[in-house]
Parts: sequence; structure tokens; C-alpha cells
Amino acid sequence: MMENSKTIAGFSSPRTDIFPAGLRVLVVDDDPTWLKILEKMLKKCSYEVTTCGLAREALYLLRERKDGFDIVISDVNMPDMDGFKLLEHVGLEMDLPVIMMSVDGETSRVMKGVQHGACDYLLKPIRMKELRNIWQHVLRKKMQEARDVGNHELDQYDEMWMLNGVERLSGKKRKDFENKHDEKEMSDSRCVDSSSMKKARVVWTVDLHQKFVKAVNQIGFDKVGPKKILDLMGIPWLTRENVASHLQKYRLYLTRLQKEDEVKASFCGMKHPDVSCKETSSSLSLQNPVDVCTDVTKDKYSGDSGDKAIVQNGKSNIYESKVKGVVLMPVTEPRSVVGDNFDSQVAGSKIGLTESFGLVNTDVESANLPIPYCSTGEAPQPQYKQDFKPHFQSANGSSHQPLPVVSHQIPVDRTQATCFLNHIPSREERNRHPDAENKPSFFKSKCGVVGNFSPIESTVNLFQPVSQQQRNVHILEQMPSTTWSARSCNVVNGPQSSPGNLSLRSGSMVASVGEDVCGASIQGECFLANNGLRNIEQFDYNDPQPISGVPTCLYDTLRFDYEYPIDSLEGIVMDQGLFIV
Amino acid sequence: MSMVYSYIFRKENFYLYRNMQRQAASMKRNLFNQEYLDEQFNELEELQDDDNPNFVEEVVNLFFTDSVRLIRNIDLALANGPYDFGRLDDMMHQFKGSSSSIGAKRVKRECSQFQEYCNERNIEGCKRAFQGVKQEYATLKTKLDTYFQITREAS
Repeated sequence: MMENSKTIAGFSSPRTDIFPAGLRVLVVDDDPTWLKILEKMLKKCSYEVTTCGLAREALYLLRERKDGFDIVISDVNMPDMDGFKLLEHVGLEMDLPVIMMSVDGETSRVMKGVQHGACDYLLKPIRMKELRNIWQHVLRKKMQEARDVGNHELDQYDEMWMLNGVERLSGKKRKDFENKHDEKEMSDSRCVDSSSMKKARVVWTVDLHQKFVKAVNQIGFDKVGPKKILDLMGIPWLTRENVASHLQKYRLYLTRLQKEDEVKASFCGMKHPDVSCKETSSSLSLQNPVDVCTDVTKDKYSGDSGDKAIVQNGKSNIYESKVKGVVLMPVTEPRSVVGDNFDSQVAGSKIGLTESFGLVNTDVESANLPIPYCSTGEAPQPQYKQDFKPHFQSANGSSHQPLPVVSHQIPVDRTQATCFLNHIPSREERNRHPDAENKPSFFKSKCGVVGNFSPIESTVNLFQPVSQQQRNVHILEQMPSTTWSARSCNVVNGPQSSPGNLSLRSGSMVASVGEDVCGASIQGECFLANNGLRNIEQFDYNDPQPISGVPTCLYDTLRFDYEYPIDSLEGIVMDQGLFIV
Repeated sequence: MSMVYSYIFRKENFYLYRNMQRQAASMKRNLFNQEYLDEQFNELEELQDDDNPNFVEEVVNLFFTDSVRLIRNIDLALANGPYDFGRLDDMMHQFKGSSSSIGAKRVKRECSQFQEYCNERNIEGCKRAFQGVKQEYATLKTKLDTYFQITREAS
């Protein structure tokens, strides 16, 4: 890669042959024309370019090739995922500098980009001279990190410290320092194997982040401090500064969530499933029709916890399968748990139950149940093929996790899952049903993989939140087996078609409940009381997090099966993440 | 004798070639003067090099191919109500972003007009503006086709 730089006329200083050249840039834009132009421009800058037309694909790439990129350039408007959301993911997970670009220079948009952590905001048409300079963001970030590492390795970075001081003083001197610094950096991070520079940089993996969130929740959001978190996390190489900076980000993130929540409150506060889809979609600024499936049992729970809304694409089917018999944990009173847990942790910390999806359920039973797959946040697909049992067990083993955590992780895994699954958004619902029996169900992914869920004795419940036109819910209870067909987003699958998608084998009961989910009571009061409609949670929501004192672990997996008319593809937003639009 | 012919031939060729070049240059000037194109087009030409000798043409073709889809989507969205102005605005935003890639100045201007009507929730205005977008788009396509044909012959 270094060789190319010679061909480029633009670089005047010989030094540039080394550092900025070969900078690994990931460009994300749904517009192929811009992708082609940007690729060419960046190549001319002798950067190493990877292009990507979908935000999801980009996230997948970024996760797959950790440390494979130095900087990300992303468009703001993309059909499959909002650029801001991608930005948020990248910021939290990879901590890479992200440059946003758009043809729209409206201050509010630029502001939003900066607030979400963009290091720069470029207006289209983007000029090559702007791209030539993007390396400065990479350098700045590295310097920042070096600063964070602070005193530990001060000797190594004293040049940088000086540089920081000089930065404010004069531009001229600064250049010299930068030159020196670059040389040093080159020898540090490129020639020498893993340099101290690298060590300084903490990549907040899903795992690490989970530990972090767990610690935060354990301490209590109000009392939380970097030192305490660090102690709780028990990771030797992590420094207080690493944690502090991550905590800061996390706080910002939660604040944003809360803000959004406030905005959406009126919509998300719905206690009933028969939420008007249109309202939701508009409040969430989803470009697609959205379906909201909310908990049925509002009365059972305290007000806040009642706000469980699941938003899915307009046309979606939710399948809930219950697995029984995997009871590993002692049962607790759901109610009490919810109240305490929820109020203190969630409400107290001002974490809004914002994301319509994430916080779907506050009630303990469901909220706390871990989801079978995606627990590691990695390659969900294979997991589908596995039977539920292993997952459940691991899930059961987990301890209680306060809601905020849950909500937070959802987006992450979810996205991943979708990547693997050909962008099939899906969710899971967990349910606890002592009597339920788990029968085998089949899952078909677009790629033609048919997974057989091992028959753990369980009953499969299917909830079908209906889209706008038909807002009725079909509840299929006690089904021996179910066939799921998961399709990619491009497939058009109306709710109406759901019966077709589900092939109910013997003994299934389908109740069409019309607009009121409460109709679920058809299945018997006890069911409702115990299980309620339960929470519908995102299925990728992986948390190995334990649910507080859940007696029996029954998991319901919810799948949304949705399709978009092809033409409306642009409008597809998989907004279910907690990340703010 | 044959040398004389070949000399004449080359000489003619030379004039023809220079003529074509002049034509191409003057056409491009006109495209700029009449504001069909803006600076971005020059930027593209600067990107063209030995690695991608037809870079500009490729990009322009890519734009015209890809935008067919965008235009069709907007057409459909405008066909019948209820109108989702937010979505219309998003789609037009995308199209405008795309147009900016090749420096299609007039097209972009019409796009902005469309977006203004969107903000006013004026569907009739939107429809009218979209006609304008399509018209500018078609004109530009014709002109650029000719331009590339001339440039090809001139080289």
C-alpha cells in the first residue's frame, strides 16, 4: 500500500509516504455512484479503501475485522439503518473515528451528527482535498487515547503531551511536532508489533461492554464511578481512564435515549397491543410502517413497567415459542422483582424505557429471561440451528440484569443477528410457562438453512401482532410444532400472509383477538396472569444476563417475519435498536 | 506516393481530431455556462487517470442507471395518496445526493424546489417540481451522451 503513494501527486512531504498512506478507510453509502467516486478519491490519497453499500454490512465488517479499519466514512441517510445509528454502534463498540456525510448541511443535522460522536461532517459533493486530510482524525483519536492512558506510560508519550500543549499555541510549531509524532507513531504501531499505542486503545467488545453495564447496574447508576466499575469488572489490563471515558460515553448515550423516550413517551406508553401503528412509526421516525405490540398485562405491573412496546416493521409476525422444563432457577415473585428492580434501576437512573423495542417488557418474568441466541453477540445464525436447550441453560445460569442493560445490548446483537440472517429482523419473546411443552419447530432462513429446534418439551405460542390494517392478534397456543419462515427484508410478507407462513401442525389453536390483545385471556386467565402477553423483546437481545430470580425459564422466541414491498425498500429502517435515530 | 497519402491522411486526421476536441471543449463550456453542470464535474475529470481512463463516463452512466430506480420510486409515491411527505423528502434527498455526485446542477436545483414543496406539504407543487426534475434529468442525459460521444471520438 505504501507504494501507491508515490503515484500520487498530492503529497508534497515525503513523510506522508508513511503515515497517512495506507490508512484503512471504510466507506458506507447506499449510493453506488458516490461509493465509486469516494473509492477513487481515497485511493488517490493512497488510502486503503473498503466500500460498503449497506450499514448492516458495514457493521458486520467492522465486527468481523476488529482492528481492520482506522476510520469510517458514512452517509447519513441509508435505507437499512440510519447513519446516526451506525455511528453510535461504531462509537460504542469499536471506538473508531467516524465521518458523516450528507448533501444536507442543515445545522440541526450536523449537530445531531456531532452529538452522536461524529468527528467530522462533510457535505456532498465531497472534494478530494477534504478526504486527503481525514488522517488527522485518526491521529487525534490516538493522541486522545494516549492521553487517557495518562501517567502510566508518560515517558513514551511525552512528545504527545507536548504536542497537546502546543496545539493550542501555534499552528506552525504544531506541524513539526506532528511530524515527529508521526514518525514515532509509525515506528510504534506499525513496525513494532503491538505497540504501547495499541495497548492504550481499548476495544469495547460486546463482552467487555456487557461486563461494564453489569457493573454499572450492580452499583446503581447514581452512585456509579469509574473506580468502582473497574473493581467490579475485574479486568486487570483495563485502566480507570478507560472506564471513565467509556462511562462518559455511556452516560451520553443514556441521556439521548431518555430524550428520545420523552419524545416518544406518548406513543410508547401504550399499555395495550392495539397500538396504532402509524403513531408509533411517526414517533420513532421510522420510515416504515411500524407495528407495536405491547404487553397485555398492564394492570399487573406498575405503571412504568407497563410501557412495553415492541415495534416492528409494519408487517410482522411474532412467533413465540415457549420452552418448558428448563427451569433452573428458583422462582421469585415477579411482581416484587419488577417493582424494585425496575424502579430503582431504571427509573432512578433516568433511563427511559425508551426504545420501544428494547424495553419491551419490564416485568420480571419476561424482561429477565435471557434470550436463547445471540448471547455472545456473535454469529447468531448457527445458533438457530441448535436446539434451544443449551441456550436456555446458559441463560438460566445468568443472574439478574437490570433493564437498562438489556435494552442497551439489544441493538448490538440484533444487528449482528440480522447481518447473518440476511437482514431478517426478528425478536424473541420469552415466556414462562410451566406447563408448556416444547415441540420441535423449524426455522427456515432465506439461505435455505433449515434448522431444527430440538424438541424440548414445550409449547409454542405464536403471537402475531398485526399491522395497521388488521390489528388483531392471533394467538396460537399449544402448538406442537411450528414452521417459521424467515425472510429477508426484501421479501414481501403481509401480516395477512402469516397464516401461510405458519404452518400449524396438529392441535393448534388460533385465536384472532381483534384489536385487543387482552383477548389473550382466551387462553385462560391463569395464562395471562402468569405470563401475560409478556414481553416481546428483541430477539437478538442477547443477554446472557440473568434475570432476576426467575423460577422457571421458559423462553419464547418471537420472530417477526416481515417484508417490504420492494419499492419501499429505501424506507426500511430497522430501528429496533436502542440507538437513537 | 504512399507516404504522401499517409501524410495527408494523418494531416486530415489531425485536423479532425483537433476539431473534435474543440467541439468537446466548447460543449462542456456550454454545459457549465448554462448551469447544467457544476464544479463537481471537473472534480470527476481530475480523478480520471490511467488506471481508470473512462472514469467520468463510468460514473455518469452509473448515476443514470441507478437513478432510474429512485425516480420510479418517487413516481410511485406521487401516484396516489395518502402522501407521506417525510418519505418523499427522504427519497428526494437521496436523489439529490446522487445528482450531486456528477455535479448535475440544474437537477439539484429542481430537487431542492421539490423539497421545499414537501416542507409546505404542497402535493401539487411537489408533482410539478418533480416534472421539472425529470425534465432536467432527461435533458442532461442527452447532452452528456453527446458530450461523451464527441470526447470518445476526439481521443
